[in-house]
Amino acid sequence: MSQTNTLDLTAKDTQTPSAYIKSGAPYVWLTAAAISVAFIITVSLLFLTAARGMPHFWPADVLKAEYAEPGEAAIPILVEMVSSEEVSTARLKSAGAKLDDSVPFHTRDLVKVANRDLLGADFRYLLDEWIVNRSYPDDVVVLERMEWGNFHGFISEVKEDGKVIASGAEAWAAYQPLQERANTLRDKLHSIEDGEIGQINAGLEKVRLSSRRLELEGKTRQGSPEAFVELDRKKAEYDAQYEKVRLDLAAVSKDMKRDGLVLKTVDGQTKELDLSQVVRAYRPNEMGLFAKIGTYFSKLWEFVSAPPREANTEGGIFPAIFGTVMMVMLMSVFVTPFGILAALYLREYAKQGPVTQMIRIAVNNLAGVPSIVYGMFGLGFFVYFMGGNIDRLFYEESLPAPTFGTPGILWASLTLAILTLPVVIVATEEGLARIPRSIREASLSLGATKAETLWKIVLPMASPAMMTGLILAIARAAGEVAPLMLVGVVKLAPSLPLDSIFPFVHLERKFMHLGFHIYDVGFQSPNVEAARPLVYATSFLLVLVIILLNISAIRIRNRLREKYKALEG
Amino acid sequence: MTNVQTTTSVRAMDIDALNASRAPSRIEDETYAITVRDLDLYYGQKQALKKVTMNIAKKKATAFIGPSGCGKSTLLRCFNRMNDLVDGCRVEGALNLEGKNIYDKDVDISALRRNVGMVFQKPNPFPKSIYENVAYGMRLAGINKKSQLDETVEWALKGAALWEEVKDRLDDSALGLSGGQQQRLVIARAVAIKPQVLLMDEPCSALDPISTLKVEELINQLKTEFTIVIVTHNMQQAARVSDYTAFMYVGDLIEFGNTDKLFTRPEKKQTEDYITGKYG
Repeated sequence: MSQTNTLDLTAKDTQTPSAYIKSGAPYVWLTAAAISVAFIITVSLLFLTAARGMPHFWPADVLKAEYAEPGEAAIPILVEMVSSEEVSTARLKSAGAKLDDSVPFHTRDLVKVANRDLLGADFRYLLDEWIVNRSYPDDVVVLERMEWGNFHGFISEVKEDGKVIASGAEAWAAYQPLQERANTLRDKLHSIEDGEIGQINAGLEKVRLSSRRLELEGKTRQGSPEAFVELDRKKAEYDAQYEKVRLDLAAVSKDMKRDGLVLKTVDGQTKELDLSQVVRAYRPNEMGLFAKIGTYFSKLWEFVSAPPREANTEGGIFPAIFGTVMMVMLMSVFVTPFGILAALYLREYAKQGPVTQMIRIAVNNLAGVPSIVYGMFGLGFFVYFMGGNIDRLFYEESLPAPTFGTPGILWASLTLAILTLPVVIVATEEGLARIPRSIREASLSLGATKAETLWKIVLPMASPAMMTGLILAIARAAGEVAPLMLVGVVKLAPSLPLDSIFPFVHLERKFMHLGFHIYDVGFQSPNVEAARPLVYATSFLLVLVIILLNISAIRIRNRLREKYKALEG
Repeated sequence: MTNVQTTTSVRAMDIDALNASRAPSRIEDETYAITVRDLDLYYGQKQALKKVTMNIAKKKATAFIGPSGCGKSTLLRCFNRMNDLVDGCRVEGALNLEGKNIYDKDVDISALRRNVGMVFQKPNPFPKSIYENVAYGMRLAGINKKSQLDETVEWALKGAALWEEVKDRLDDSALGLSGGQQQRLVIARAVAIKPQVLLMDEPCSALDPISTLKVEELINQLKTEFTIVIVTHNMQQAARVSDYTAFMYVGDLIEFGNTDKLFTRPEKKQTEDYITGKYG
């Protein structure tokens, strides 16, 4: 009897499904699975974009071979292997290949033949089994050109001032210093064009606008010539300066044209090329691993630091990176004070009741409005209405050419600021609500007014929450493309919104954006195969930029959190 | 139950003996810091204080005791108009500080609160340095001169018996202090702006016994300079620190008088029941 009455703590039911569910283990598995899937997807996204995009910059070996289609003469080819796939015989036959049905599948290679100016297209599909006599000769040269993409071939002669200075085997060695010289001259040319000529043009434009303003004020050259004297003097000064710079420019251009190459393709055509047209040349087959790594990083650096060429399919994406970062920063500058003030009123001053609650719900719902709608609003309100009025009031002299009455980075960042406003308001409100009442009372009991309490105690303590709002806003804004297409993003911006010409920040300018660049290169490019790796590389970079922006915001938030650690209890 | 009673009376007698020379037998003999006349307070429709009339003696400690919800904290919060923050709170009657009704329309609440400081139930230092916590009230009052701030911060921290413990780390965060130190810090913060009256709303309820003892010693020192009004749940504490005690019950002021007398010879049956532990 005593035995039955004692406490029995041994689990009796450990095997049945109901006991398993009750134990809680399935929920642990379920939640762990959810986070694992989320994590794996994130990592594979990064990995996929990196794996597809980054190898593009690797200086791959160039294969010299002959392509022998049955019943036709063998064609010499000089190609970079890009990818290969198994294709069914039936499909190949329907595409016109002369094959029998003995094997069901054949390997088909995608190769880069380059030489777009001579061959029409720089990518081709070739059947692997028909590529014969393969070899990797050391003297194959890959030339990156300013136009027409890459060139695959051989250097037969190097010319200086039209005279042959080296040919055959010595040509490569003779060419190296000349290319360095050409690159230096190209940099000089760019610095003259962007720097001095840019300054002169800005000055001339200012003179033109000033004289236009005088005319708008009713002054004419006949009626009041004294008003124009100073302007004419300035214009003459700029013209003289321009004349001088133009001579410099002509000298540099002439210098650049001094050297040239005579190239030979694999099928025996010759081609002459100015060195000013060559970006870089390398002989991949003779390069060792370290030389290849060097070239890889130099190409990668060009990608992140240079402007694009050839309809965005060559060159770099620096203006897009710059535009994205600048737009996001401007957006942060606009949205933070605005959102904080709105949240302060809603949480601290407004009488809590049905009306306030309705406003709060409306603000929260703004976050769900499709972003393209914000784009339309930005175009209608900011660009046409505000920009148009600003032009009429302050830039009358440059009309009908609009200054602010056209899409630009200012309007783009304001549009995105409105788009992300709800996020900042909601996060700030939650932060304000979390400040303990006792802290506010402590401040009030020391004679502080409500405003003093807010500024000195409550807002600093709520600052980590505001940063959380800003982090979410940045993440959203940096990836947004649709509204930007209406309010300021372009395929190719002639100049950055920040440069050395007064007033340095040009908020009215159009800009490039990584997200739009992906769309443009991926969908609007004439050269699909060349664009594909760039799309991945640009996506990877966009994700990196967003991660970097977020990490810096998160670091600021953590510092604030440490400083204003919540009170215990 | 009997235990409590014994302790209380023993304590009360100790205090009685100690204060025999100092404590005047009748409240009316003194000058008053605050006089309360027919004070009614409503939270919406609910009346929380009913016709409270009392005088708070200058430079003495007055304790409010009573069971939870009796209105003692509410009454305390009337003294610096902290109840203004509560929606739907309405006050009728008069509450005079130095002869001026603080519920008059022309009262500057900031000035009132600078003169009537408050210490709360839980230590509530700002997430700032120890120095800046104490200097906060002075900076609000427009005092920004370093020498003057330094001097007052030291004076206030010494007054709150905290100086020796923190003098080497004034620039450290106040949140790194222990609970008892934090409570003494907020007392120093309240004292630093030299108020006339110091309100304490159960200042020891979140503290351990040793910290409680320190704060009680502090109150005994502070009452030589300030008028102190303290709300407490702890009857022994009321007996130890106060000169006068008010017993409240459901919004009514039941009995108010000399602490020794109230604890040893209460006039009202309700008071006796409470201090002997029959309810509460």
